[in-house]
Amino acid sequence: MSVASAAAPPLRVTRSRRSAAWSAVLGVAAVVLLASLPYVVHTNITGLLVNVFILLALATMWNLLAGYAGLISVGQQAYVGVGAYVVLVLAGDGLNPYLAIPFAALGALVVAVPTSFLVLRLRNEYFAIATWVVAESFRLIVLHFPSLGGGTGANLSGLGGIDPVLRQALTYWSALAVVVAAILGAYLLLRSRFGLDLTAIRDNEIGARSVGVRIARAKRIVYLVAAAGAGAVGSLLIISQLNVQAGSIFNVQWSAYMIFVALIGGVGSIEGPIIGTLIFFFLQQSLADRGAWYLIILGGIAVIMAMYLPRGLWGLIGDRFDLKLFPVGYWMHRGPAPAGRETE
Amino acid sequence: MSRPPTSAWRKSALPGAGSGVIWVNAVVQGILLGGLYALFACGLSLMFGVMRVVNLAHGDFAVLAAYLALAVITGLHIPVLWSALVVAPLFAVVGYLVQRFIIQRSLDVSPLTTLLVTFGLSIVIQNALLTTLSANSQSLPSGSLASASVQVNGQLSIGYVSAIVFATSVVVVGALQLFLSRTGLGRQVRAASDDQEAASIVGVNVRHVYGIAAAIAFATVALAGIAFGMYSSFDPAAGPQRLIFAFEAVVIGGMGSLWGTLVGGIILGVAQVLGAQVDAGFGVLAGHLVFLAVLALRPSGLIPARIT
Repeated sequence: MSVASAAAPPLRVTRSRRSAAWSAVLGVAAVVLLASLPYVVHTNITGLLVNVFILLALATMWNLLAGYAGLISVGQQAYVGVGAYVVLVLAGDGLNPYLAIPFAALGALVVAVPTSFLVLRLRNEYFAIATWVVAESFRLIVLHFPSLGGGTGANLSGLGGIDPVLRQALTYWSALAVVVAAILGAYLLLRSRFGLDLTAIRDNEIGARSVGVRIARAKRIVYLVAAAGAGAVGSLLIISQLNVQAGSIFNVQWSAYMIFVALIGGVGSIEGPIIGTLIFFFLQQSLADRGAWYLIILGGIAVIMAMYLPRGLWGLIGDRFDLKLFPVGYWMHRGPAPAGRETE
Repeated sequence: MSRPPTSAWRKSALPGAGSGVIWVNAVVQGILLGGLYALFACGLSLMFGVMRVVNLAHGDFAVLAAYLALAVITGLHIPVLWSALVVAPLFAVVGYLVQRFIIQRSLDVSPLTTLLVTFGLSIVIQNALLTTLSANSQSLPSGSLASASVQVNGQLSIGYVSAIVFATSVVVVGALQLFLSRTGLGRQVRAASDDQEAASIVGVNVRHVYGIAAAIAFATVALAGIAFGMYSSFDPAAGPQRLIFAFEAVVIGGMGSLWGTLVGGIILGVAQVLGAQVDAGFGVLAGHLVFLAVLALRPSGLIPARIT
């Protein structure tokens, strides 16, 4: 072997290869196509897609938390709620709700800073339930402010004067922008040096610590990013529903959705939540007239996946075809670089 | 989901009573409510102490037990307390099976998987109850028990239901502690909890013993579900709130300590009732704040673990 390797061509390490270049082209084409949809299709379809984007953005953020930082949160609805209420308040002060979306993300991030110092000291089950209790506490605190609508909810102002079709299109584009930002953000984060830290934590936390990864800092950054993402999603929810109610915006159901989507699609990859979201909506739409059955079935599938196929469907597909649409890892090649095809 | 079981003690806070007596009354009712929380929490505490598993479907199993008890009571025409004789053994079997076929399998994948799997179970149980039994809230027909109470003095009365639940809770915690410390099987449970490998070397069937621990925990969940159904109304979505209260009681008292869980339940109950005395909407939040304060200041709980 050593003789052979001496004669072997030098190793090359690349991050991308042709499948990745194709997926970049496909990704841009998909975004352009999706962005043009409001001109082509009925608002029913764009309305449904808003919900798809909302779920995909949530699942992508939850996947960063659980899949990379090992933080199982069942309390992300805390930041969904904060985002929604930031938009409610800013719109009440006269700001255009669409322009309030970045502030919703920022507001969630600001709230997450002090919270992170409490919950990130805790491990596993403590962390999970503490995040849940924080979300419940936020809900109970919001109920104390009649100006926020208390238990009955509040209507979003500032969108009454806009033509409904235009409003639907703006909402759709906002949701598309948020989900593209979430996926692209997660992709760039994972490709950065920091992503290497996260991947190391995902694979072996103690090992990562021993080679000098600053675990606490990495987890805090991921927690804050995920909170900002949830806040942006919360703003989309209030804008698409035109009202907000504490009981439903702070509902643990949001965490259930994110977890099911990520588990079914595959935790620890960017592609997983995309597949999971497609399956979620396929089941929800095909079982639409059967009440909560889709949730029972999704929950059952998620439970079985977690037990027998922990890397989800994408783990299965990606391994089978050696496929990565979002290459955040490295490939090793033998042999000289083909001329003009050096991608890194 | 947001409704605390307040009806039982609200009734006894008589209007017009002296303010000092109101506070005494609130503390007494809080302690009694704490008994209910401790009964909810001791199964969670046992499973965490032995298997390091937090069952996020704990509250939903309790709600399921309450529905089962309702079916047993109406089907067999027996008084509410007797339903425990049917539901608790049934739940012990369910617990053993859930442990052997679901939780153990998740534990083998990773400890975090148990959280995801039990959370999934929680949502499945809630929605299964919702689709089969509707969202209407139910309560267990406790007949004359519901309104009966002991009048301690002019302003302070103790409801039979709360007294029975509190006594049950103390008895269950004491019995569990005796079982773990004095019996051979209890010793096996502690051994399996301390060191799986060493326990199996000396002949303990660890998976079976874990199943037994889960069976006991689920039997207490059944009792808690019935107690809850007597205290207040329940609906398919009531589980998560029960889980949170149970977890809070366990953490306040110290994870893995059974007497600590009883103390934690009482502290939570008193905090909620006193909070509600200040402002009707502040009760549950006061409990959450006590819990978060304990997590921030003393994450190991107030009473150190003694199960293991």
